[in-house]
Amino acid sequence: MNWLRVYAIVYLVFLYLPVLLLPVFSFNDATVIAFPLQGFTTQWFKELAGISALHGALKNSLFIGIVSATLSTILGICAARASTRYRFPFKAPIMGAIMLPLVLPEIIVAVSLLVVLMQLGFSLTSWTVIMGHTLICTPFAIAILSSSFQGLDQSLEEAAVDLGETRWGAFSKIILPLVTPGIVASFLIAFTISMDEFIIAFFLTGADPTLPVYIWSQLRFPKRLPSVMALGTLLIVASLVLLSVAEYFRRRGIRRTGAKDSGGFL
Amino acid sequence: MSSIISLSGIQKYYGDYHALRGIDLEIKQGEFFSLLGPSGCGKTTLLRVIAGFEGVSEGVLLLDGADMARVPANKRPTNMVFQSYAIFPHLTVGQNVAFGLRKKGLSKDDMAKAAAEALEMVGLAGYGDRAAHALSGGQRQRVALARALVLKPKVLLLDEPLSALDKKMREQMQSELRRLQRQVGITFILVTHDQEEALIMSDRIAVMFEGEIAQMASPQELYRRPATRRVGEFIGVMNFLEAKQTGTSEKTISFDVEGLGAAEIGIDQFPEGARASADVVGLRPEALSILFEGQKTSGRVADATVQDLAYYGDMTYYEVTLEGSSTPVTISMKNLISRPVLERGTKTRVQWDERSLVIFAA
Repeated sequence: MNWLRVYAIVYLVFLYLPVLLLPVFSFNDATVIAFPLQGFTTQWFKELAGISALHGALKNSLFIGIVSATLSTILGICAARASTRYRFPFKAPIMGAIMLPLVLPEIIVAVSLLVVLMQLGFSLTSWTVIMGHTLICTPFAIAILSSSFQGLDQSLEEAAVDLGETRWGAFSKIILPLVTPGIVASFLIAFTISMDEFIIAFFLTGADPTLPVYIWSQLRFPKRLPSVMALGTLLIVASLVLLSVAEYFRRRGIRRTGAKDSGGFL
Repeated sequence: MSSIISLSGIQKYYGDYHALRGIDLEIKQGEFFSLLGPSGCGKTTLLRVIAGFEGVSEGVLLLDGADMARVPANKRPTNMVFQSYAIFPHLTVGQNVAFGLRKKGLSKDDMAKAAAEALEMVGLAGYGDRAAHALSGGQRQRVALARALVLKPKVLLLDEPLSALDKKMREQMQSELRRLQRQVGITFILVTHDQEEALIMSDRIAVMFEGEIAQMASPQELYRRPATRRVGEFIGVMNFLEAKQTGTSEKTISFDVEGLGAAEIGIDQFPEGARASADVVGLRPEALSILFEGQKTSGRVADATVQDLAYYGDMTYYEVTLEGSSTPVTISMKNLISRPVLERGTKTRVQWDERSLVIFAA
């Protein structure tokens, strides 16, 4: 029993200590990332405000994140509804193929996409990154939305039709409001994934890097390291906020449909 | 009175599976009609065909004289109470009940009034502002009823509406549904697998097996004259005894019934299509009675041994074997203060009436 407890603690320390060091050093008054700490400063955060390349990368990432999240959530809605509501031939292999990017090594996805895009004569822009990100975000969207759609009583839609609604009316007035929390959660998680995705963005990005690609490029300059730490701290906080909001919406959705909670990410 | 629903030659295939095998059915305006059968017999499919959720492979469905072949579910003059009730959980009770009214072009006030009246009718007056997902099972059931009845459909379809309720609640809702149906005068079609429920509630019952209607009759007719052995078995308890034909006269046919002896059965007791040489007869548990000591006989009598018994308080169900037969026979006896409850192994005599013997169609 005790050993298990020790193991769990060691495991958690190993997992989260590096992440905790990030904020610690981002407030440290020294360019060298090492103990002992030199004193408290917020100058690294202030420095961030003056780097225009960073602002461009941030804007670029936000754009890619919002578009990828929107696309993958729309695709997720279609796939989740189809898989929970209908039976059709080859359903299992089709769903498997859609969910596969979840476990495929990203580097393979990235390299293959790059090869295909080059062969097709596409030039690398933010849109090629969006394609790649939509591909890897869609399985997450489906996973979240499936639990929303699965919790719905199939009769709800029929009941709405029975009471005079058209099929579209039944979907928009009954199903959509009930899965809205799932849609919000899916959007936020897809956005978070896209925001900090590196490999695909690195391979498929054109002249304008995304934020993670920009950060990586800055690691070559030791003097920039503390401000990268500060940026990292901000990203952690933003991610945590987004994920919490997403989880809040997912749980609220489950409560509203009165279904049982099965899974989720947090 | 003309039929509100008329089905003829309804066939339904799901791929190779033949779900409905030629259903012919006429239901009269204002009738409480039940579709009764075991699960998988096609009763729910038939209800969904009437509602318009399922198309038919063949056959004609007339609703109040109009062909429904090209009429989608949302345009049919039917409304359904779903097994799960399908209450919209994100709306209030009042919004649920008013949901179908929005398409009727009523003013806001008229809608609210109609919804409130419907809620009052089902005993939920003042519940309009409650959140639907916070209701109990019985209350959901009532909201589902109000939501359907507020639209004044020509036919109300009920898909096993009471199966999710506990016994007490179910019994209460059974009588309430019956009362409600008389009050509004709308034709009700109830799908149920519970034979007791069908007997209690219906004006007429169609018993279905494997996509076909085995018998359609009033509850009394169905119980007293089941057309086939299977119907007899499905509805209530029935004993089956072997019988050999021994002779015929103009009005009666004589049989030698296993364990009971000679019986003369009137021709009028035979259902249409029954073989004169029936080799099995049916007997309800109350058609036999145990002769307690000192009791006078007023019918035919046979010797029997009590094998087992189940004591229900008001009734005792005895399982006996008749002399010269090994078939167990169930006898129900009302428990009176003057009657002992017999023990296992007791030798006794049973009294029976040949008029209550049931002959089955082939």
